Amino acid sequence: MTEAQAAIDPAERFLHETTPLQRVHYILHRYPAISPAVVLVLAGLVLGAVNTRFFLPANLSLVVQQVAVVGGLAVGQTLIILTAGIDLSVGAIMIFSAIVMAASASTYGLPGPIALLIGLVVGTLAGGINGLLVTRLRLPPFIVTLGTLNIFTALTLLYSGGQSIQKGIPDILLWTGTDVTIGPFKLTTGVLLMVLMYAVATWVLRNTAWGRHLYAVGDDPEAARLAGIAVTRILLSAYLVAGFIFALTAWILIGRIGAASPNAAADANLDSITAVVIGGTSLFGGRGLIFGSLLGALIVGVFRNGLALAGVDVLYQTLVVGVLVIVAVAIDQWIRRVRA
Amino acid sequence: MTAAVQVRPIIEARGLVKTFGRVVGLDGADFELYPGEVLAVIGDNGAGKSTLVKCLSGAMVPDAGEMLVHGEPVVFRRPQDARAAGIETVYQSLAVVPALDIASNMFLGREIRRSGPLGSIFRMLDHGQMRAKARQQLQDLGIGTLQSITQAVETLSGGQRQAVAVARAAAFGSQVIILDEPTAALGVRETAQVLKLIRDLRDRGLPVILISHNMPNVFEVADRIHVQRLGRRVAVISPSTHTPSEAVAIMTGALDATSPPAVTSTAATSAAVH
Repeated sequence: MTEAQAAIDPAERFLHETTPLQRVHYILHRYPAISPAVVLVLAGLVLGAVNTRFFLPANLSLVVQQVAVVGGLAVGQTLIILTAGIDLSVGAIMIFSAIVMAASASTYGLPGPIALLIGLVVGTLAGGINGLLVTRLRLPPFIVTLGTLNIFTALTLLYSGGQSIQKGIPDILLWTGTDVTIGPFKLTTGVLLMVLMYAVATWVLRNTAWGRHLYAVGDDPEAARLAGIAVTRILLSAYLVAGFIFALTAWILIGRIGAASPNAAADANLDSITAVVIGGTSLFGGRGLIFGSLLGALIVGVFRNGLALAGVDVLYQTLVVGVLVIVAVAIDQWIRRVRA
Repeated sequence: MTAAVQVRPIIEARGLVKTFGRVVGLDGADFELYPGEVLAVIGDNGAGKSTLVKCLSGAMVPDAGEMLVHGEPVVFRRPQDARAAGIETVYQSLAVVPALDIASNMFLGREIRRSGPLGSIFRMLDHGQMRAKARQQLQDLGIGTLQSITQAVETLSGGQRQAVAVARAAAFGSQVIILDEPTAALGVRETAQVLKLIRDLRDRGLPVILISHNMPNVFEVADRIHVQRLGRRVAVISPSTHTPSEAVAIMTGALDATSPPAVTSTAATSAAVH
């Protein structure tokens, strides 16, 4: 390359020396939330065209409410996947926290706020156990959380005797089910809590050293270590924060179903991973946006709802979600192949 | 010879030993770096170049021996310790995080926070200041061809990545910059850029330790050449008194390196000249 060529404005060069596909590639690489946003809009348009009821405020409100629990879990799941980990125990931690919260109040008669606090502490500790096993015993996160998925599920069943807790749940635990009307939309405080979780997590990942280090540790742990980052401490803290988020989501869950059930949200573990992956966060760590996971959760919600309105069998909805996951990961692989 | 004694080394190492199980990385290696020089460290594979440099940069802890900075004994247990002493290293792997942007990489692990409660209570980073400083640093080093300071490092060419890593080291290194095989993965043009960077750094008063296999590069920029062989320093030579083939001969043991007194004295004199 001659000096004259090198001197051309980089923007000029970008427009002249790249194919349209390369430009799309570059833009998707730079803004990873674009592809899920496009999918969400397209899905909405198509499903809305098939059945106009889809766009009714009442229906859209329902979709968002249905998404609140998986969306909440996906916040914590994203943090862990950004560190190049994975958490199969998110739903189990959430349900365990929910049962502990409800039982503390209804069985042991503790005041509502104390019960909530105990549940949040238990969830955080459960996340901490995952984190300790990953960082101290250096076991793969997949194996650790596969184990703790079973352990927390068993603890939940042993503790609750397999029974739902419906009576004596204090108002504060049910507060997340309170209706909130915004314009034509009827949402709940639980939905708002989920949105707040996304806002806070987005801010923290962007604007704090901890957030930047989380990406660094997930992308290249050795480079992070050489840059002076305490890699194990960042990993452990990610699992602790995620555990806290799962417990907060347990609160949303109790408000949504009005009870604490050991059998609720059985698909939540994998659904949260689905949301994160469709949202454009890379399973290899270090790449992705927390906001993308909200889009991912909404995409799944919109597809299930829209296909149901279109009269498509539930089994096909699941099939579509499966195809979406594979397409999302394929796109991620393509985006990650950057030209130098 | 006497002049050399008066110039105190910036970094000194005495009798460093480092073993990995039954493999001996360093076997009583000595080392000196004088102010304002480019010191090349050469040696065959397994001669202990990388191990020596990792000890100096805090990435490895030697089993025995002592290290001194400005004549004061130091112990580096972590890379941060060496950094606190003003020693910055550009590793062969570059140690940059591909997915993060240029500014984030330059300040990784040493982020600047906002002033006031936003920084102290909410721990909020000052992206604007970090970007401005990163841009300034790259310009100071004559690396202005980057598209944007917020570009992910993985979208840069090999030479540009190297430049980012060197700029990071230069921004924080107050005493010395260590470059481990900086030209190994680069093309001809990019190699020339990095060699120019090395000379620029020296001209700004920062001594540079250059670990390299590449004899033409070494002879082009080095003031002195530390020859490492079988875990020890066998000679210190100068590009003005030795030819590249002699250097290779000492490195491989073909030329008897048991007569280093004559060799080192020439080198020490040349060091004193600098």
